[in-house]
This record gives sequence, structure tokens and C-alpha cells, in this order.
Amino acid sequence: MPHIVIDGTRIETSPDKTIIQAATENGINISHFCWHPELSVSGNCRMCLVEIGLPKRLADGSFDKDSDGKPVIGFFPKLQIACSTQVSEGMHINTKTDKVIKAQESVMEFLLINHPLDCPICDEAGQCKLQEYEYRHSNGQSRFEEEKNHKEKRVKWSNEIFYDGERCISCSRCIRFAREVAKQDVLAFVNRGDKVTIKVSEGKEFNNDYSMNVIDICPVGALTSGDFRFSSRVWDMSFNDSICPGCARGCNIKIGSRANKVLRVEPRNNMFVNKYWMCDYGRLSWYENINECRINEPQIRVNGSYEDCSWDQAVDAAYQGLKKYQPNEIMFIGSAYSSNEDNFLLKKFAKKIIKTNNIDFQKYSKDGFEDNKLKVNDTTPNTNGLTEIGVAPDQNGYKINDIAKKIAVGQLKAVYILDDSLGQFPELLESFAKAEFIIVHASNKSKLTEIANVVFATSTFAECEGTFVNFEKRVQHFKPALISNENISTMGAKMDRLEKFGSHNDRWSLRNIHNSRQSWRIIMQLANKFGAAWTYKSSSNVFDEITDQIQSLSGMSYKLLDEYQGLVLGKAGSPDKKVIAYQSYTMKPN
Amino acid sequence: MNTNKNTEAQRLTFAEKLYLPELAKGMSITFREMFKPKFTRQYPEQRWDPTGSYRGRPVLVLEEGKERCVACGLCSLVCPAMAIEVQAAETENEKERYPEKFEINMLRCIYCGFCEEVCPEEAIVMSKDYELLFSSQKDAIYGKDRLLVPVEQLQDRLDFLKEYK
Repeated sequence: MPHIVIDGTRIETSPDKTIIQAATENGINISHFCWHPELSVSGNCRMCLVEIGLPKRLADGSFDKDSDGKPVIGFFPKLQIACSTQVSEGMHINTKTDKVIKAQESVMEFLLINHPLDCPICDEAGQCKLQEYEYRHSNGQSRFEEEKNHKEKRVKWSNEIFYDGERCISCSRCIRFAREVAKQDVLAFVNRGDKVTIKVSEGKEFNNDYSMNVIDICPVGALTSGDFRFSSRVWDMSFNDSICPGCARGCNIKIGSRANKVLRVEPRNNMFVNKYWMCDYGRLSWYENINECRINEPQIRVNGSYEDCSWDQAVDAAYQGLKKYQPNEIMFIGSAYSSNEDNFLLKKFAKKIIKTNNIDFQKYSKDGFEDNKLKVNDTTPNTNGLTEIGVAPDQNGYKINDIAKKIAVGQLKAVYILDDSLGQFPELLESFAKAEFIIVHASNKSKLTEIANVVFATSTFAECEGTFVNFEKRVQHFKPALISNENISTMGAKMDRLEKFGSHNDRWSLRNIHNSRQSWRIIMQLANKFGAAWTYKSSSNVFDEITDQIQSLSGMSYKLLDEYQGLVLGKAGSPDKKVIAYQSYTMKPN
Repeated sequence: MNTNKNTEAQRLTFAEKLYLPELAKGMSITFREMFKPKFTRQYPEQRWDPTGSYRGRPVLVLEEGKERCVACGLCSLVCPAMAIEVQAAETENEKERYPEKFEINMLRCIYCGFCEEVCPEEAIVMSKDYELLFSSQKDAIYGKDRLLVPVEQLQDRLDFLKEYK
């Protein structure tokens, strides 16, 4: 293992690494635009120029030592780029000497010659690498007095990607992403010198399933998202960690929201799950459901029409309804869209309180959805979690496929559904309509909520805390990203400033805070009505009980899950090695 | 029990306690001032026209039928009272961004002028308007309809900014 010294800090690394890789892995930041850990090295931005030196050797091959016995370092007269220079034993790297700083200033000055000063208009402002380095590495002066270059603006690469040639600094990250990760090699540089610009091949669109990742990796505002364009300034938003519910991969994401509306979803680094990427489907498909068509209050059906009611009334209605039936006349349906905590308490409620074996859940599979990158056919985030918890009928309990038959013959009279997405299945819906009593935990209005007797307003995953188990059996913890009536007291620093400081007479604070609750809390309230004395205070209490009872999850806790970016089932004792997450930009002001 | 031994009443001298000499003193000031020139302005019949340096209510500059504002949101960020809300949208103009919604909550505004100072487009300036009336909290939220003011009316302030900003 060679050791290198960066600015006096000694680092052990392996010989196949470049300087910038070794530095990043050890938490040292070397300024760069074009380098990205998952893309090939192109070395064209020249921002990572550093001073490199090797120990001097004497004629006999031994190292030259000074009077203190330390090796004498001979520095190269010219600066080298850290992203394509491989490390070697005893290498000394200076990133903060005058020579390096002067080089960085010059690079910045060159980049800014033709870069327009339109930060007020640019969507990237606030999370722009160029802006950040302008503060850190530029002398703040430009000697360029001539007219700036004009290039094509607002070029549509696809419906979702807009390209602005003037803002582009030609780092080629998008070109390399298209070629190496998205495998749709349609981007290329055209023209030369200061006329250089990026174009999509004639007659083609850059529109594959992963194309929107180029917007994230673009260090400047040259690529903007058609979906998000001009919706909000990034400093007005809060970016909270979460897990994508779009498929069983469970990509780590950040939910960008303002005034409790999701405006943007972007990937978060997790080398064990999604690396730095996520698919466009996950980015665009589900977040509208969190913003729109929500059920704000619990509802009960009175004489055929729905009325908003208080939580106590709704729970009471559910209690009165369920009480009328024999245990084996009630069916519980868990949900692979809900967390382990919700499903665990549902199972506990069914088996311990109601004492029925009728519990199952619907599996989803979208054929042809899978590719060999991130997407998988199972479009629910937590199928493995439900299997592990055991949301399944045992002995003579009814399966989900039996429902239609059993309702038709009158053996099944009441249904308790943890999820509103079952409304997509017309045949299930038809048979539910024949049941006498239906309780639904629903976050969105759907056909299912139109036939239910009691509708519990449920928080979406973005407002809950819990865990999902992805298709590779990695347990991942997610925390609330949005505000609901239930979690508002704990969200504090995770709110954006508009939410935090709004008062009733501000129009911007007329936000939609839903009076929704996490499913497990509703189930607990209902169970206590039945005489159970459950005292879970937070999701972690429920999770602790899960880890106690389910062998494969034992030893896990939210703290450990956060620390190791998720743990694989049954391997809580031997987690994957921690890696330092590479962040492409720092949010300013943060 | 009152433990205060040094009240205003206890500090008065005998002459002051008599009251009448003090009354005469006060009246003499009153009569003297009656014959001096008056400075009171007979508002609202007589209105005051502030100079360019006056910081009245912030307004948006309307130039050639369009607002100068590009909805960068810096005024909203810098506003210490969080009075400003901006929602941007896209236009076909050369500057591709414009404020779809620009609202100032005049109940929050403290007339500090930070918004004007931070504005990169000189699009929001402090006007001479100091007469603000609203009958409800809702009424106090000024939208673009009330904020946009033609550039000709704001020339004094723009000249002032050119010289001193």
C-alpha cells in the first residue's frame, strides 16, 4: 500500500487510485468540475491542478535525505491534474500553495470569460459549483472587456432537459454519463475553441430512462429540468433524505419541497443501492400524489355520503363496525407501499387483538419495467419487508386471491385495508363493494375510498418515519421529509424557512398541512379501543419490537441503519464498510 | 406596605408643591409659542413631497410595459421581515424568467430597503408613497397589480440610487 502526503496529511491508499480519488476517499476535497467518481476521467476542466512532488533519489538509487533525516522532495516544475495522475509511493501533493492558487484563479478567470452573469435567472444558483468556486478560488476580477460569446439557449434535448449553451463550461460530464451510464451515446461536442457547444445527434432525443441525472451532475446551470424549471429557488426549499417508493430498488433520494409541496426529487448517494443515480420514473411519477388529491381528514360514511370527522369519531366508528363480526369474517390486507412498522402492527392487531388468520397483501409486478440498471419489476418498495414480517395467512386463513369468492358466499364481511392503491384492481374493487364493512387507510382519493365505510387519513411515506426492505434485502430507514399535523412539532430544522416563519396572514403559508397520521398510530389507537394497552411513542419503539421478534432484523436500530446506509437482513453484525459519500456540490447558503 | 421612600411627590420643592407658579410658567411658554411662526403641516390638505432619498413603500419598476424583475428571489431572501414572496415562471423574452406572482405583505414590511439594495436588476425600489391604508390583513398583501409602477414616476429614486448605491 503506497502512502501519499496531501498538504502534510499522510494517507494510505492503493496503487490503482488517482490522487483525487485517494483524497476524496479520505475526506479531502480537491476542487474539480469535470471529474465524477462514477464517470471516466476526461481531465478537461483543469480545475484540479495540484503541485506534485516525489522523493529525490541519489545516483546509487537511495533516497536523498536532508539534515533532519527527512526525504527531500523534488516538485515537478509544472502543475499536474489530480484527476488523472496516479498515486505512487511517497508522493507529496500540495493543493494550497501560491502556485496552485494562482492556477485555480486563472482557470476560473478563463471559465468566466464567456460564462454569462445571469445567476439571478439561472435555476442552478445556490447549488452551482461555478458559483461556489467563484467565491472560493477566484480573485473576483475579470480583465475581459469584450462582448461575451453567444450560443444557443433553451435547446430542448428532450421533454425534460433544457440545454443552455452559454452557461456550459464544457466539462463533458453529461456526454460521459450518456455514453457510460445511460448507454445512449447521443451527445457530443461540436465546434472548437470558444465556440464549442454540446449537441444531440441529428434527429435524436436524449430521452432514456436515466437522462435526468445529467441535470444533477451538471456543475453549472447549463442543464435544467423541464419539470422543475423556475419553480423555486433552491434556498427556499428544504431537501430532506428519503427513500424512493417507485420500485423495490429503494433508491436513496432527497425530497426537495417548499411550503410543504414536493417540487423536485433528486438522488442521494448510496453506493450499495443506487450509487449516484435514479431513474426518471422515480423522479417524476409519484410526487404529484403527495401534493394533490390528498385526504386531509379522517372520514366516515353516513347515509351514503362522506363526512370529515375527528380521529376519535373515526376510530370509534371503526371499532363499532369491527365489533359486529366474528374474527374469521374480517380480512386484513397489508401493503407493500407501507413501512415495516405499519404492517407489523397491522399483523399484531389482526392476530393478537382480533384473533384472525385472515391477513395477506397484494404483490405488484409490472412486466417489462425492469432494466439492468436500477429499475426492477416489483413496483412496491417493501415486498421483502412484508414477507419477513410475515404478513401472510397461516393455517386456514384467507389469501388475497380468495377474497372475491369468500365475500360472494358471505364468509367474509369486513375488510381492513392498509393502502389505497388496491383501487387499481377493478376485480378486487368489485368484490370489496359487496363487503358489508370496509376500513381503508388512504392518503389519496381513489375508487377504493369511494366505497369504504371508514377512511383513515394516512400520511404518505414522505411524512412518516419507518423502514423499507428493498429487493436485495437491504433494510433502509427513512425519516419524514414533509410536515403533517402529527409530526410538525419534531420537524424543526427540516422545514424550509417559509414553513418555519409563516403566520396565518401570509398567503405563502396557506399551506396544506394534512391532518393525517402514520398507519401504525391509527392501528394502535384502534387496538387500544379493543382493550389492548399498547404504548408505542414513536416509530423506533415499533421497530425495536420488530427487531426483538423477527430474527433476521435482530440487532438493527434506526441509528445503525443511518450510520451504515442500510443493513442487509440477517447481517446486522457485519455491515458493509462505510464509504465517504461524494457530494457534487454544497448548497449555499445552507 | 409601600417601601418606596423617594417618590416624585416627595422630591418636589415647596414652590413646586404650591402648583400656581408652575402653572404660570407653563402658560408663559404657551403664549410665547403662539406668536412664533408655525411649522405644522395641514395634512392631508397640504401634502409632503419626499425627496429621492425617502424610503416609502417598495414598488416594482415597470419599463416598456414589462416588469424589470426576473424573479431571482434575492429580495425575498434578504428581507428580514419575510414580507416578500416571489413565484417565478418562464417567458419567451430574452430574460427567460419573470415573476408570475410577486407579493409584498405590507404588514410585515419594515421599509429597510434591503430588497432594493440587493436587487441585481434595479427592479424593486423604494417609492415616495407613504400613505398606506388597508382595511383587512388580506388587503395588506400587495400583488403585482398594485406594485408595478411606471419607471417615469420613479426617476427621482433611480437617480438617487445611481449616485449613492
